[in-house]
Amino acid sequence: MAVIAPTDFRKRKERRKWQGRAFFVLCLLAITVALGMLLVLLIYIGMKGWSHVNWSFISSFPSRHPDEAGIQSALLGSVYLVIIAGIVSFVLGVGAAVYLEEYAGRNRFARIAQINIANLAGVPSIVYGILGLEIFVRSMGLGKSLLAGGFTLALLILPIIIISAQEAIRAVPPSIREGGYALGASRWQTIWNLVLPQAFSGILTGVILSVSRAIGETAPLIVIGALTFVPFSPDGPLSRFSALPIQIFNWTARPQAGFQEAAAAGIIVLLIVLLGMNALAVILRNRLENRS
Amino acid sequence: MLQADPILQTKDLSVYYGANRVVTEVSLDVLRNRITAIIGPSGTGKSTLLRCFNRMNDLIPTFHLSGEVLFEGNNLYEPTVDATDIRYQIGMVFQRPNPFPKSIFDNVAFGPRINGYNGNLADLVEWSLQRAAIWDEVKDRLKSSALSLSGGQQQRLCIARTLAVEPTVILMDEPCSSLDPIATLAIEELMRELSEEYSIVIVTHNMQQAARVSNYTAFLMAEGDRVGQLVEFGESRQIFTNPQDERTEAYITGRFG
Repeated sequence: MAVIAPTDFRKRKERRKWQGRAFFVLCLLAITVALGMLLVLLIYIGMKGWSHVNWSFISSFPSRHPDEAGIQSALLGSVYLVIIAGIVSFVLGVGAAVYLEEYAGRNRFARIAQINIANLAGVPSIVYGILGLEIFVRSMGLGKSLLAGGFTLALLILPIIIISAQEAIRAVPPSIREGGYALGASRWQTIWNLVLPQAFSGILTGVILSVSRAIGETAPLIVIGALTFVPFSPDGPLSRFSALPIQIFNWTARPQAGFQEAAAAGIIVLLIVLLGMNALAVILRNRLENRS
Repeated sequence: MLQADPILQTKDLSVYYGANRVVTEVSLDVLRNRITAIIGPSGTGKSTLLRCFNRMNDLIPTFHLSGEVLFEGNNLYEPTVDATDIRYQIGMVFQRPNPFPKSIFDNVAFGPRINGYNGNLADLVEWSLQRAAIWDEVKDRLKSSALSLSGGQQQRLCIARTLAVEPTVILMDEPCSSLDPIATLAIEELMRELSEEYSIVIVTHNMQQAARVSNYTAFLMAEGDRVGQLVEFGESRQIFTNPQDERTEAYITGRFG
């Protein structure tokens, strides 16, 4: 005798079918809303700003006249910031990750550091701005410079870089390390010659993704005193600077319609830079993975 | 009777991971230019014992031992001994082939490079690959990735990599357990050839393999809290045809394990 009566089963089967469909529609709705919003944003920005994006917009300095306003100084500022932040956070982040994964073992200091890194990743970016202002701008006397901005952004993305580098290092199979040690390699030789080369593509991906987060950051740069009107290109690491998101923020706050267009155009440039960096991350990762 | 001239010896060796004893009071002589097999059921400390000979256990934080491990008469665990000095004299081949994700050439050249080899690297690589009976299969593609080789080829590459640092002892931890029977025979043949110049210690689950290739066999087992005790050690022929201990006989005739 069946445990479930056939009539009950048929009734339930209908209901289950409907539940299944409803769940499917719900999921479809979720992806539609998520993508739809993004699409609306892109179309809105595109319609408003696309006509504004041209070489003179990219190569001009900010101006009081919306038609003449450009983003050269902001774009260069962002590029320099990201290069500084990328290099600093790469060196510190990979070093910290190697320490935690390869040297620290399970000592108390490492455990505390680990917990704090996870917490730091969640600290609001404006807090890093205040830290940067106090340490780099004032204590170290770097002033409101590119270097101070780059260092601040480096601190901001450091926790994420450490965590992603740790994951990449952890993904290197222990058998590779054992193989190295068994041939008489020291710990340093094993890390440098075997572990890091294999973890490198993963580390690089983490760095590039974090750096693309840094390029969109506004709050910490405002706190450390980035300028909104910079009619000159940065001429050195101690130069004062602006950055794309700050320029965009500045333009959106203005009443003239022309500046709204300029802001939209600035967003397009920012998005292109971001997508370009993400694409670079994917290409580099694929290439490095194929090589090994 | 065992002949004299042991290259490796353990004396009352007990190994612990934390509070767990995994090898119990083992005294064993590994003879020069012979193949010594370590057999026994799973979880009886065979691999742990093997890893004492090149101090690979050092990598495990909770590891400690009592007793002695002698290499050519010197205690490997003296505080003055540097583990990295030991490891290129006592090479190791692992259970699963673990080639580095580098080219075939760079795999073999890795050991000599890190140990500061000054001679002709290409010659050494060729010699090692020939010694490991894989030269003919890879000589035309030394630059291609070691990961493109088959499992059996990878394992012979790992043996070549070990030979390239010119060790005197080769430890093998179930080197054939992930290989098919043909690749297994190739490795066994290779071991026989290598034993003319090297002393080999092999851990194996495969008793036929131990009987086929080894000159001496050590049988480990666990009894109560005496995990990893040496039950019987002697010439393989005698162990497999006329074991002195009834537990050895029970194991090799397949009554347990």
